[in-house]
Amino acid sequence: MTARAILDSFTRILRDLLADDSIVLTMETKREQVPNWDSLGYVSFIVAVEMEFGVKFSVAEVESFENVGALVRRTEALLAAG
Amino acid sequence: MASENGAPGPGHPTAPRRMLGWLPAPTDFRGELRAALEAGTHPERLHRLAALADQRLSFLETIQVDRGLTRQGQEPAPGFSPLRLAVLASSTVEHLSPSIRVAGLRRRLLIEIHVGAYSQYRQELLDPASALYRFRPQLVLFSLTPRQAIAGVPLGATPDEAEAAIGAAIDELRGLWRKAREALQATVVQQTFVNVAEPVFGSYDRAVPGAPARLVARLNERLAEAAVQDGVALLDIARATERDGLDAWFDQGRWLQGKFEIAPQAAPAYGELLARVIAALRGLSRKCLVLDLDNTLWGGVIGDDGLEGIVLGEGSAAGEAHLALQHYALQLRRRGIILAVCSKNDLATAEQVFRDHPEMALKRSDIAAFMANWNDKAANLRQIAEQLNIGVDSLVFLDDNPVERARVRQSLPMIAVPELPRDPALYVRCLADAGYFESVSFTAEDQQRGEQYAANASREALLKSSESVEDFLRGLEMTVVSGPFRAVDLSRVVQLINKTNQFNLTTRRYSQEEVAVFMDQEGALTLQFRLLDRFGDNGLVSAMILRPLAGTPDVLELDTWVMSCRVFGRQLEDEAMNQAVLAAGRLGAKALRADYLPTPKNDVVRDLYPTLGFRPAGDPLPAEGATRWQLDLDGYTQRPTHITRKAEEQ
Repeated sequence: MTARAILDSFTRILRDLLADDSIVLTMETKREQVPNWDSLGYVSFIVAVEMEFGVKFSVAEVESFENVGALVRRTEALLAAG
Repeated sequence: MASENGAPGPGHPTAPRRMLGWLPAPTDFRGELRAALEAGTHPERLHRLAALADQRLSFLETIQVDRGLTRQGQEPAPGFSPLRLAVLASSTVEHLSPSIRVAGLRRRLLIEIHVGAYSQYRQELLDPASALYRFRPQLVLFSLTPRQAIAGVPLGATPDEAEAAIGAAIDELRGLWRKAREALQATVVQQTFVNVAEPVFGSYDRAVPGAPARLVARLNERLAEAAVQDGVALLDIARATERDGLDAWFDQGRWLQGKFEIAPQAAPAYGELLARVIAALRGLSRKCLVLDLDNTLWGGVIGDDGLEGIVLGEGSAAGEAHLALQHYALQLRRRGIILAVCSKNDLATAEQVFRDHPEMALKRSDIAAFMANWNDKAANLRQIAEQLNIGVDSLVFLDDNPVERARVRQSLPMIAVPELPRDPALYVRCLADAGYFESVSFTAEDQQRGEQYAANASREALLKSSESVEDFLRGLEMTVVSGPFRAVDLSRVVQLINKTNQFNLTTRRYSQEEVAVFMDQEGALTLQFRLLDRFGDNGLVSAMILRPLAGTPDVLELDTWVMSCRVFGRQLEDEAMNQAVLAAGRLGAKALRADYLPTPKNDVVRDLYPTLGFRPAGDPLPAEGATRWQLDLDGYTQRPTHITRKAEEQ
């Protein structure tokens, strides 16, 4: 799966989660830049991503993703590792 | 999509869908959600959202439905009941709210939730100025981690020390329960402790009183005992973790990240389990299991395969699977669930299996309503409800055929139709998982209900052979045993008050404590009625609570009057009023005041008070369709009945 496709999925998940179809995520997007994306929303987003892609992030990773791009690249790597 | 098709495993992405396996999968979630949100009226939007909640929603879909729901506000709508729930917790629980609301919606409850500040529940309960008090919850859920309770117990604790520590934790909890009930007048639900403690020794943990895992297990045992004694309802998440595996419910990473003790992906299952208990407390649990026959109760088709050809009983795994379903149905019958049959078959052919097949565990007499014909199943189900005098929404319909299931859901969406797995070996598990018959009590009445419905068949026969209704009632040779509520009957009285929907004039629900308060209240009057006839004991079937009306000491208000639908049309309402008038007179009352508060289910008693001789008492009531009535005791003549009177032994 390409980074682009993963990013598109992330956008769809976050739109569903926050009921906001105006959201467009880029690799550079940070959580604080998306209206209403609070810490509970962040955990829900991580859970939804883990469920959709069948991956699991470590505690340290969840704490330290600096932007959406980092999360996309980590997802890509986990998927490639099987 | 990976989340729909992946192989299920512990903690795997499919967890919530797998955990709600009896619900039908959504076909067009996005389309239905959009249509729901765009519907023209508030009730229409709620109904469409509720139809979505009836489906097997994923973690994310649950949140989406909830967003749509919370956007509708708390405005009431016909067919939906509002409820205020406070969740008091010592871990993060905010993430459970969407799932709780959606599971409530599945039962047509509009649950408004107050989440107490993190670990501040003691202070909130003690402070009448707190947000908790302002919220005025009707229900308080305690969702506590066992960590504090066991933290101080050393690994080398003696059995006495371990028990003392557990006892202290339980005593503290009981104090909190008492506070919630007395100060907030709320019904209390206590979640069992999730046992996340890792083994220290291994299997030997069970032998070490101070081992954390054993302490938590013991805590849950003592919790259950205390809850039963105090009339607190349990939400057994500990049991659910055994059913689904701890990994489905607990995620160490989430605990560390945000003190989530219930993993977010388990939230839909948590909400469902909680809504079940809430529904049981409100008398909304299902009452009757309707069984299909061919390929459900037995393997094969009786009409084609004949008595010798159907697969049932010992000797084949498939035969035992169908038999296991019969045994489970029998267990349900023994706890008071009514059994019925709805099948496309010739009646004689179908009944013959019950009479003549040696492996049948269910007997014809276990089935209270038996519909085998070639009519539409939805029509038959409607008739079953009518015959048993219960609501269609009290039915669960078990059928192996997906087409029949879809058709019934389509025409009667209020009937619960579990999505049975393909393999009959899993039928029982699916039915049990669905939790339709969740209960918060088990009374002597429940145990006899099966016999009582069987006796009803004999009563029906008498009715048919009688020349007139008068003739029938005389022939029944009825006796009523009555008196004030008795302590030994209290759990049944409470059950009757909370489960009765039809013959219920005010639909006020009371906990055991609240009823006990009426029993001791100066000037108040409680009456319970047990009806016997020549075919057996119908059990404790009616209860009344009368209390002095503030400001007018010689008027008693009929606060609550309920009667089981099993004894409708037997003149017990006349007899009960006769006795209420006599008892009120003995207390010095001059008149009775009574309100009728309409609900979608109690239309049958709309005109009861005028029929019994009450006159309108003015005072228009705020609720739409509600009426107020008064009866002057001197003008009352005892209504004639065919019921003989006997006093309850006190």
